[in-house]
Amino acid sequence: MQARKEAIMNQVRSELALSNAQELINKINEKCFTKCVTKPSTSLSGSEETCLSRCLDRYMEAFNIVSKTYTSRLSRERLE
Amino acid sequence: MSATENLKLDEATQKELATFLEREQAQARVQQSIHTFTSLCWDKCITGTPSTRFSRGEESCLSSCVERFLDTSIFLVKRIEQQRESMMGPGSS
Repeated sequence: MQARKEAIMNQVRSELALSNAQELINKINEKCFTKCVTKPSTSLSGSEETCLSRCLDRYMEAFNIVSKTYTSRLSRERLE
Repeated sequence: MSATENLKLDEATQKELATFLEREQAQARVQQSIHTFTSLCWDKCITGTPSTRFSRGEESCLSSCVERFLDTSIFLVKRIEQQRESMMGPGSS
C-alpha cells in the first residue's frame, strides 16, 4: 500500500514537472523565434543562432526573476 | 468518482493522496501564473535584441511588472466591488 502510494505520488510529481518544462520550452520557442528570426529564409544564419542562444538564456533568467518576485509577494500577502 | 476511488486504496491512503493532489495542484497554479507573467513581462520589458546579460533596467522592469500586475488585479477587484455597491444602493449587500 505504501509503495503504491509512493509510486502514484512520484508519477504525479514527474508528470507535473514534465508539463512545466514543456510549457517553458514552448514559450521560449515562440518568444525567441519572434525576436530573432525576423525574415525566415532557407536556413538559420549564424547571427540568428547566436541571438537564439542568448534569448534562451535571457528568457530562463526572466523566468527566475519573475518566479522570485511572485513567490515573495505571495508570502508577503498570502494570496493564492 | 474521485480521482483515487478507482485505484483500490484504503480510505486513509485515499485521504492522504487527496491532500497531496490538492497541494500539487495549488503549486501547479502558481507555476502557471509564473509562465503567464514571464510571457507578459518579457514582451513589456525586453524590447531589443537579447544580449549576454540583462541591463539593470530590464531586471527591475521585470520585477516591477509582476508587482504592478498584482496591484492592478487588486485595484480592479476593488473598483468592481465599489460599482456593485453603488448600483445596489445603501443599506443592501
